[in-house]
Amino acid sequence: MTTDTLNNTSTADIEVAVNQGDNSGNHDHKMTGIKRWLYTTNHKDIGTLYLWFAFIMLLTGGALAMVIRAELFQPGLQLVEPDFFNQLTTVHGLVMVFGAIMPAFTGFANWMLPMMLGAPDMALPRMNNWSFWILPFAFAILLGSFFMESGAPNFGWTFYAPLSTTYSNGSTAFFGFAVHIMGISSIMGAINIVVTIMNMRAPGMTYMKMPLFVWTFFITAYLLIVVMPVLAGVVTMILTDTYFGTSFFDAAGGGDPVMFQHIFWFFGHPEVYIMILPAFGIISTTIPAFSRKKLFGYSSMVYATSSIALLSFLVWAHHMFTTGMPLFGELFFMYCTMLIAVPTGVKIFNWVATMWRGSLSFETPMLFSIAFVILFTIGGFSGLMLAMTPVDFQYHDTYFVVAHFHYVLVTGSLFSLYAGAYFWLPKWTGHMYNDTLSKWHFWCSLISVNLLFFPMHFLGLAGMPRRIPDYALQFADFNKWVSIGGFAFGLSQLIFLAVVIKCIRGGEKALAKPWDGAVGLEWTVASPAPYHTFSAPPSQQDIDKQHEN
Amino acid sequence: MGKHKLILLMLVSVVTNVAWADTQLNLTKGVTAVSRDVYDLHMLVLYICTVIGILVFGIMFWSIIFHRKSKGAKPADFHESTKVEILWTAIPIVLLIAMAIPATKTLIAMEDNENSDVTIQITGSQWKWHYKYFDQDIEYYSVLSTPREQYQNQQQTSVVKDENYLLEVDKPLVIPTNKKVRFLITSDDVIHSWWVPAFAIKQDANPGFINEAWTRVDEPGTYRGQCAELCGKDHGFMPIVVEVKSPEDYDIWLTEQQQRIAQAANAEQASLSSSMSKEELMQLGETTYTAYCSACHQITGLGLPPAFPALKGSAIATGTIKDHIDIVINGKAGTGMQAYGKQLTLKEIAAVVTYERNAWGNNTGDLVQSADVKAVSGEQ
Repeated sequence: MTTDTLNNTSTADIEVAVNQGDNSGNHDHKMTGIKRWLYTTNHKDIGTLYLWFAFIMLLTGGALAMVIRAELFQPGLQLVEPDFFNQLTTVHGLVMVFGAIMPAFTGFANWMLPMMLGAPDMALPRMNNWSFWILPFAFAILLGSFFMESGAPNFGWTFYAPLSTTYSNGSTAFFGFAVHIMGISSIMGAINIVVTIMNMRAPGMTYMKMPLFVWTFFITAYLLIVVMPVLAGVVTMILTDTYFGTSFFDAAGGGDPVMFQHIFWFFGHPEVYIMILPAFGIISTTIPAFSRKKLFGYSSMVYATSSIALLSFLVWAHHMFTTGMPLFGELFFMYCTMLIAVPTGVKIFNWVATMWRGSLSFETPMLFSIAFVILFTIGGFSGLMLAMTPVDFQYHDTYFVVAHFHYVLVTGSLFSLYAGAYFWLPKWTGHMYNDTLSKWHFWCSLISVNLLFFPMHFLGLAGMPRRIPDYALQFADFNKWVSIGGFAFGLSQLIFLAVVIKCIRGGEKALAKPWDGAVGLEWTVASPAPYHTFSAPPSQQDIDKQHEN
Repeated sequence: MGKHKLILLMLVSVVTNVAWADTQLNLTKGVTAVSRDVYDLHMLVLYICTVIGILVFGIMFWSIIFHRKSKGAKPADFHESTKVEILWTAIPIVLLIAMAIPATKTLIAMEDNENSDVTIQITGSQWKWHYKYFDQDIEYYSVLSTPREQYQNQQQTSVVKDENYLLEVDKPLVIPTNKKVRFLITSDDVIHSWWVPAFAIKQDANPGFINEAWTRVDEPGTYRGQCAELCGKDHGFMPIVVEVKSPEDYDIWLTEQQQRIAQAANAEQASLSSSMSKEELMQLGETTYTAYCSACHQITGLGLPPAFPALKGSAIATGTIKDHIDIVINGKAGTGMQAYGKQLTLKEIAAVVTYERNAWGNNTGDLVQSADVKAVSGEQ
């Protein structure tokens, strides 16, 4: 293996690559069959693994959500028992956050960062392999717990103590170990991203010449490195409280259950930005491409992203306004949270300014990007409403919150992932996707996702708490519509699966640069991207050309 | 066209849905000065967001409509402007300050818990609320009163659901109008959250800590809420009902409660010297078991292991009577098993222990009387 890899960067390769920045496919040296995927250290292979894994998890988490929606279709308990209902909501949350959204972004990072930086691979390829391959085990433990005597974790993905400790159903160990492994995977992935960006940029690519996509992943990776160990800490405390008799979160032993929430949300709030900053990066790539106009306010975008990241460490307790914080604490966290609206607003204004007086066309990536800007902004508005402490007392732990974070995570993060996937599918597969099918995917998703999540605002305002398996009669009408939207949205995602499979198998040949407005070094290599790209760095002119465009 | 028609049809059917008329879309205004301030704040932010949304999306759609490549639009080449960036940083800051000022005022009012007229301690436990009136010696549990048949639909029973399905309790909290009522909120086990939307109060009940909240209600009436923090299996089944009475009616209610407490104490005393037949014990035992025990140990006595163990054939239900009575009275620390000594009468405990020792094939033949229960509880 080692000699093989070393030989790959032989002088012959470099000479070939000097001209075009890509290798001919003859020097791939990849293994065949399952071994290729198990042993691979190639950033493109690992990116592909991450993306497929994330999509499988999206369908898994979606299936759990559809059982939830089926139970909530009408009042009364029809399909599942309350305890199993709690297991469904808990595992749905964990699978979507740690299994779908985060690995999907890591998949994008793996595929795109080296190609955007003009680097031959990620800086730490073997760790890269490991950080992916422990993930399936983490989720095997988590999902396997459904089949254990205790059942799956049932205390919410936020695992508040003492529900997750003293009063847990016995699944805390499975939960704890699964989350520990996910955390290790994330930390390794983040270290790899930081090291790659700091050390592997092509000569001449200064920080302020990096694509905004790279910037957002750079900042996100730092957030991950700071907060994932905090998550690991709180999970360990939960484990020792449950199994080794400590009392971190037990008042009877001198602990404090609210301290759990402080530690958890110190991780949890930056985690929210970990799932949205890379989305900003993708949207900042697609909107200029299909507006045929340079991104408005590049440097202000960099500063806005950094501000959001820094502020994310000062707002965690806005998840905890009802825990009985002192007035001063409530005011501090309310003001800081409201402040986040400023840099977030700057980003949205910049995207609109990018579109303004551009030359717009509406290919599927652009459709998803426009939907992202509008629907993410709606999620931002409800976020601002939630920031106001006095009103948060009414919104907190209701369906209004459920609506808010699904607008941000589904029509925000997930839609940006679709925009990015359609944008780079030609580069990944060498084929254009089926345009008609992709438009079906977009329009079905757009309509159903709003039918699914918009009425949740009304449900929350009318007083429906979240995480309940049954509800009072006045909530019946909206819940029916929400469930119908949920099934439709879930099924619509199968169209995407069809599009991807068709695109891998064949279709119109993609040009090296299929989008006339696209910029970036990834478009200077062939489509599909050769197994090894940029074995020799791109020229200064190439780099500057991408930046000046 | 077909697709558009379908969408239109869906929209029309949403709008004309028969039951739509009484569906609540917006936050409640509530019945206190604070809840009305909260409502106003909610509307203020909602309006500001709506206006910003219309402006931003309007500009965007203008672009989408008029700056299309298919219409021959040529891209402009501007891509930065410090002036514009400063402008759209400054305007939101001004708007935020305009929102923060009323929010701060309301919040300060909400957190002023001093000078209350009535103080009530609220304790959450899995899955019921306990109310204790300070200086009145009145305390009681408040549990869901919707019959199980109404929500257990797996067996295809078609029992009609009440109007206040899942929002009704056996004994509501009672408070007077126009008095500052202070709530001291805590929990016996996991975290719960006491929420009554009409008062704009949502306050977590943390085990081992006490939180404060207060209200002053203008109008008599019945106000409903629910537990708002995931607290385990039956989180969705621990509603809150508050009856607000005029101060005169409230005083009458207080007197009634005092009398009831006195009567209950007499009945408790009387039960010590009488003994019940097996039929009586089993009948009362089954009722009590269904109301208090079956949520965890299940009607079948099989429980939901490992969190909630089976009673059928269990070591405690078939072992010594004393241990059995003891665990019912005192609960088991570190588990979901609560102490029922305060929640049930001696007679009910005697009956439920008898029932558990003789139901589901636990045919121990033991009969337990109130005096036996008193003997165990008296030892401590």
